[in-house]
Amino acid sequence: MGEANSTIRLRDLQVEFHQPGKRIQAVNGVDLEVGEGEVVALIGESGSGKSVTLRAMMRLHPDRATRYGGSLEVAGQDVLGMGAKQLALLRGKTIAMIFQEPLLALDPVYTLGQQITETIRRHEPVSRAEARARALQLFERVRIPSPDRRLDTYPHEMSGGMRQRAMIALALACRPQVLLADEPTTALDATVQIQILLLLRELQRELGLSIVFVTHDIGAAAEVADRMAVMYAGRIVEQGPAAVLLTRPRHPYTRALLKSRAEGAMQKGQRLETIGGAPPDLSKLPTGCAFAERCAHAADACRQTPPPNTRVGPGHEARCWRLDEIAVTDISRCTL
Amino acid sequence: MSLSQQQLVNEFRDVGGARQPLLIVRGLKKYFPLKSTGFGLRRERLAVRAVDGINFEILKGETLGVVGESGCGKSTTARLLMQLTEQDSGELIFDGQALGSRGLPLREYRRQTQMVFQDSYSSLNPRMTIEDSIAFGPTVHGVSKREALERAHDLLLRVGLEPARFAGRYPHELSGGQRQRVNIARALALEPRLIILDESVSALDKSVEAQVLNLLQDLKQAFGLTYLFISHDLNVVHYLCDRVLVMYLGEVVEVGPADALFEAPLHPYTQALLRSMPTTDPLQRTEEAPLAGDPPNPINPPSGCRFHTRCQDARAVCASVAPIFHEAVPGRRVACLKYQPDSGYETAQIPLREVTHG
Repeated sequence: MGEANSTIRLRDLQVEFHQPGKRIQAVNGVDLEVGEGEVVALIGESGSGKSVTLRAMMRLHPDRATRYGGSLEVAGQDVLGMGAKQLALLRGKTIAMIFQEPLLALDPVYTLGQQITETIRRHEPVSRAEARARALQLFERVRIPSPDRRLDTYPHEMSGGMRQRAMIALALACRPQVLLADEPTTALDATVQIQILLLLRELQRELGLSIVFVTHDIGAAAEVADRMAVMYAGRIVEQGPAAVLLTRPRHPYTRALLKSRAEGAMQKGQRLETIGGAPPDLSKLPTGCAFAERCAHAADACRQTPPPNTRVGPGHEARCWRLDEIAVTDISRCTL
Repeated sequence: MSLSQQQLVNEFRDVGGARQPLLIVRGLKKYFPLKSTGFGLRRERLAVRAVDGINFEILKGETLGVVGESGCGKSTTARLLMQLTEQDSGELIFDGQALGSRGLPLREYRRQTQMVFQDSYSSLNPRMTIEDSIAFGPTVHGVSKREALERAHDLLLRVGLEPARFAGRYPHELSGGQRQRVNIARALALEPRLIILDESVSALDKSVEAQVLNLLQDLKQAFGLTYLFISHDLNVVHYLCDRVLVMYLGEVVEVGPADALFEAPLHPYTQALLRSMPTTDPLQRTEEAPLAGDPPNPINPPSGCRFHTRCQDARAVCASVAPIFHEAVPGRRVACLKYQPDSGYETAQIPLREVTHG
């Protein structure tokens, strides 16, 4: 972290949505760096701001109702200060995105081949035949069987797993440096999910892609991510190398989240450990630590000022006032 | 009738005794016909074979898990059990009485079997308050409105929603977890004995899911319920279920006690399914996808064993002979030629690893 070659750099990013009568502070000061060829997973529950952060990286939120704060750089370019033309050049060419539901993200009235060649020709001066040849290569790359025939099919003619592969091919059409993935495997079966996760890992390795991967499934994140960042109420409460974060989490929220999933935690006949209460209302955020109300370790100080980002290990940071009081335990071992 | 009497009543309603399965499913079959192509004699009658002659039992007081890929017929099975879709053939025997017989008309069966769906929002009427939604079923079955509302309030309390705060609210005023609690309360309102949970916790966040799973276990204890639990989350199925049923392309391929099945799956499909679960250990990542491609088309399923096209252990015989669903190990049934004596499967080629599993 803090390296010169990071592809994405978020500094104190804030995203606020204006709705009649209220302001929703969806993202409240996110610091995140994604290095070249690095896979970072953003984990959190619904409403934690993980998807909002991801979409902000391409500035996909409607300009009129959204207010951004802080700074956001992708491949050295300031995304927040860009005009419409520059944005159009950035999207697809430098940074591309895949979504949870490919059927909604792909255009139903064009064949997949048409959609991919259009994207390529929008950004590069190549002939139709050349673009088609590249589309075919992409389909082979993401291992779609009989790719030549599949280029002429419409999205609804394919299965969920094939559609997700096609969407990855579309996202890679202009050889972007960064791939953003918003819950790319949530809608898929376990047997297909693992195929897509392995494909993403392979693409990252071979093309040197930086990937930001949003998910609520810690298992899926563990399969691909080098680093993980856990979000709660619009802030990253803890981030670090995947292996460290999964085995020695420091923030009480991460620990609670992992405990419910850790191997052996789901012992038959035993009650599951739950986190009481619900996440805070994003239009009325508490002044102190947003997790304090649900936290077993909360003290008075936690409710007054938001905790600072504290370094707890190499590349491992957490936002909590009581880090010193909470013993470092190896989660995977203590629950087994 | 107060809720504390419920358990007593359930025992009283028990017709066949504890050893009689609560529900026996025999030869259940459902094909969904497609628009036919061609004319006259060439006319082809195509159908999606959603559920293709399945047999299983749900024992009294157990939680039976159902797993499989999408399109394998899990949800169609649930809808057939609930009689929301009519089967083409096959019968349901509920506590010793055949459904549709004089002893058990459909109306009475529906009172004893209830369902909770995946989408908590679309399964509630947006124009009814939640107390009205919960009280609706009992009033249809002849309970007075006043009594039904009283029971609705009792149930709201049971599922952890303060009646004074929640009873008068509409579905959109609740969170996903709260709405699913309402759906569970509504299912309980008719005092059923069997509850079908079709991906009921899948749409919830992990921390909320844990709360609802705890609730389901408490209610099962308190009311002496039996659950059929459909889910694609194998961790949750392992945790919650006593027995697990694995489906592939409209057929049951394996049934067995949850612990034994997760520890040593017999059917190659179950083995692949379990290996597809993501590890939570970044140092032991999956290197190769256990199953390639998607499930074949249920309109025209493969010959012989339906899994042979994706099976690692497939032999020539698997393409022509359909396996019989039989008891391979005591208490565990499987449909695979590997475990079937005299099936023509060349056992000598089974890798050692699998032999120890059996």
